Amino acid sequence: MPTVVVTDRIEKKVLLRAPRARVWNALTDVREFEQWFGVKFERPFAPGALLRGVLVGSTVDAEVAKAQRQHASVPFEITVDRIEPEFLFSFRWHPFAVEQTVDYSKEPTTLVEFVLEETPGGVMLTVSESGFDRIPLERRSQAFTANDGGWSIMIKLIETYLGQAS
Amino acid sequence: MLRLSGEGPLSISKLTAGFPITRQAITKHLRVMEDAGLVRGTFQGRESVWQLDQRRLADVRRHLQMISSQWDETLGRLKALVER
Repeated sequence: MPTVVVTDRIEKKVLLRAPRARVWNALTDVREFEQWFGVKFERPFAPGALLRGVLVGSTVDAEVAKAQRQHASVPFEITVDRIEPEFLFSFRWHPFAVEQTVDYSKEPTTLVEFVLEETPGGVMLTVSESGFDRIPLERRSQAFTANDGGWSIMIKLIETYLGQAS
Repeated sequence: MLRLSGEGPLSISKLTAGFPITRQAITKHLRVMEDAGLVRGTFQGRESVWQLDQRRLADVRRHLQMISSQWDETLGRLKALVER
């Protein structure tokens, strides 16, 4: 039997019980984005714009915010790709660029896409991140072997978060 | 996306059979995957033969799972925000 191996792409779907315009604003208004994503940008999102943000911490979850602020000095860059109102928002970034000593600017990026779809129960949001196959394996491995605490803190954070949720 | 047979190494002609794209296009993708350490290509006679690098694939799966968990958590916060 042929085996399908997907190593390049992650896709997530989440049903949001909120009006489409509300979801769109949360995704594309930088002040709203800051609240759930935890990264603050000084300029609005615009197609093609390279934006430098700061990890300030999500206001939705105090524990998460506290942990995110430990990385406040790490530059966080995205390049906005497409903005198609109430339908598609996408950007490129370096998926685990958390080590300050490493210059990631020359490395391949992944593409993050948010697609909105109206359904009877609310807005179905599909989030995908693709392009991982272009990233050197060393970098991919580093994500969980980094001993400076970068990603291990993030993993711990997720565990803490999941522990609270259950 | 890469499709490789679970039966083991496959020659480029067997790999490309059934795909509506050229052998060159698939080879190009395989080279990218090879640079990323996911597959290995060798020559047997005049034909290239490709196989998965299983040990490294396990690393990559763990990595994707980690990023996947992060997205779950991030989207959970988005849901909490827009539904309140």
